[in-house]
Amino acid sequence: MTLTAPLAALGRSTLALLASIGRVAIYAAQLMRHMLTPPWYPRELLVQILQIGWLSLPVVGLTALFTGGALALQIYAGGSRFNAETVVPSIVAIGIARELGPVLGGLMVAGRVAAAIAAEIGTMKVTEQIDALVTLSTNPMKYLTVPRVLAATLTLPILVAVGDSIGIFGGYLVGTTRLGFNPANYLHNTADFLETWDVVSGLIKGAVFGFIVALMGCYHGMNSGRGARGVGKATTNAVVSASILILAANYLLTGLFFTS
Amino acid sequence: MIDISALHKAFGPNRVLQGVDLTVESGTSTVIIGGSGTGKSVLLKCILGLVKPDSGTILLDGEDVAQAERDAFLAKFGMLFQGGALFDSMPVWQNVAFRLLRGSLKRPTTEAREIAVEKLRRVGLTPDVADKFPAELSGGMQKRVGLARAIAAEPQVIFFDEPTTGLDPIMAGVINELIREIVVEMGATAMTITHDMSSVRAIADRVAMLHGGVIRWEGPVAEMDSADDPYLSQFINGSPDGPIEAVR
Repeated sequence: MTLTAPLAALGRSTLALLASIGRVAIYAAQLMRHMLTPPWYPRELLVQILQIGWLSLPVVGLTALFTGGALALQIYAGGSRFNAETVVPSIVAIGIARELGPVLGGLMVAGRVAAAIAAEIGTMKVTEQIDALVTLSTNPMKYLTVPRVLAATLTLPILVAVGDSIGIFGGYLVGTTRLGFNPANYLHNTADFLETWDVVSGLIKGAVFGFIVALMGCYHGMNSGRGARGVGKATTNAVVSASILILAANYLLTGLFFTS
Repeated sequence: MIDISALHKAFGPNRVLQGVDLTVESGTSTVIIGGSGTGKSVLLKCILGLVKPDSGTILLDGEDVAQAERDAFLAKFGMLFQGGALFDSMPVWQNVAFRLLRGSLKRPTTEAREIAVEKLRRVGLTPDVADKFPAELSGGMQKRVGLARAIAAEPQVIFFDEPTTGLDPIMAGVINELIREIVVEMGATAMTITHDMSSVRAIADRVAMLHGGVIRWEGPVAEMDSADDPYLSQFINGSPDGPIEAVR
């Protein structure tokens, strides 16, 4: 009994993990089906685009600005060890566009948006507003989940694009004011070495991360437990699972995009 | 007419409904009483399809609700939730007119607003409440808004989930009276769940007591006090002594 107890515990948690992966997959499949069939709620979609996209701009912009600046400092320090300081503009641009823009943007949005969605939908669940929606002939999946997931999937690439520009600008600011780069040369180097695919791959990642963030927010909100504690737990789970899934998906996408 | 037979529902080991049989005639008001946790809400949610029963059948006018087309079926219902369940992201009038602003019952916005204001007036609220948000209203006003929302699309069947819980006795009396008036005026079938006996006496034509997962007693409200059922008597009199355990 005592010898097998750890094995039983391991089995239980493995099964629980697999079951929750299954539940999320079923939820995502249902979501896709509802996305493709009417009725749609365009007004809700617009509201969510504003909530998720527009209101996340300051967070994503500031994150990108400071990251771009720090990246320029690090690459300069690292590059100077083998007299390659001139790579700063191109590496900053590539690093931001391919990795840091989408990943940090995604994580910041996960913190802001997944938490907000889970808390809002969780509270609606706890106060019977979800049941009320059903009795008013409105499918919560179509009315709440579809607009949020669509809005996040559509707006995150735009946020990433804005973040890329601001991040590269952050590198430019630090490069030209502290590291002694000539402004014209800096911009020239950035433009010369940055390829379209560097940017596009980052935007695709952004769309995937946006989908993950809103999906996790909605899923955990809809499955929230009772009371303030239940909603709090749902919010935490949404942020943690969205962040981990973003990092895992980033690894998979990087492998898919950049290794032959 | 709502016809429920042999309805069972369990949540894990907790067998909440263990063979509920109940008939609610059209145009009558039935109140279901019973202690907390006896499955009153679960019963209503089973009828609405919010909870899937394990077995048994529910017929609405002879049609099995499990087979019914969801939208058309739900359009026949209105429900007043215990906490109001108003959508706090939208103003009061949009809450009331929710059904009239989208879906199969969609009307032009101005018309939907007019209907909402009219329904608010019907439940005793002035038009200036229409543009407020639910969080700005008192508990009694939220209940009224919930009631206005439940009747906005003129449903055939209205459910009231503990309509007086959390209200002071006077406000509870006002809500009871409103419910009675509205149900009579609309000719709707009403099902109310409550453990407030003053509500029962004000609203009910018939009373059904749910205990131990089954309908323990069912009959006209006038016969309730003289009924020879120890469970019902204990409940009506609020006595700690009797067959119903006080600690549940």
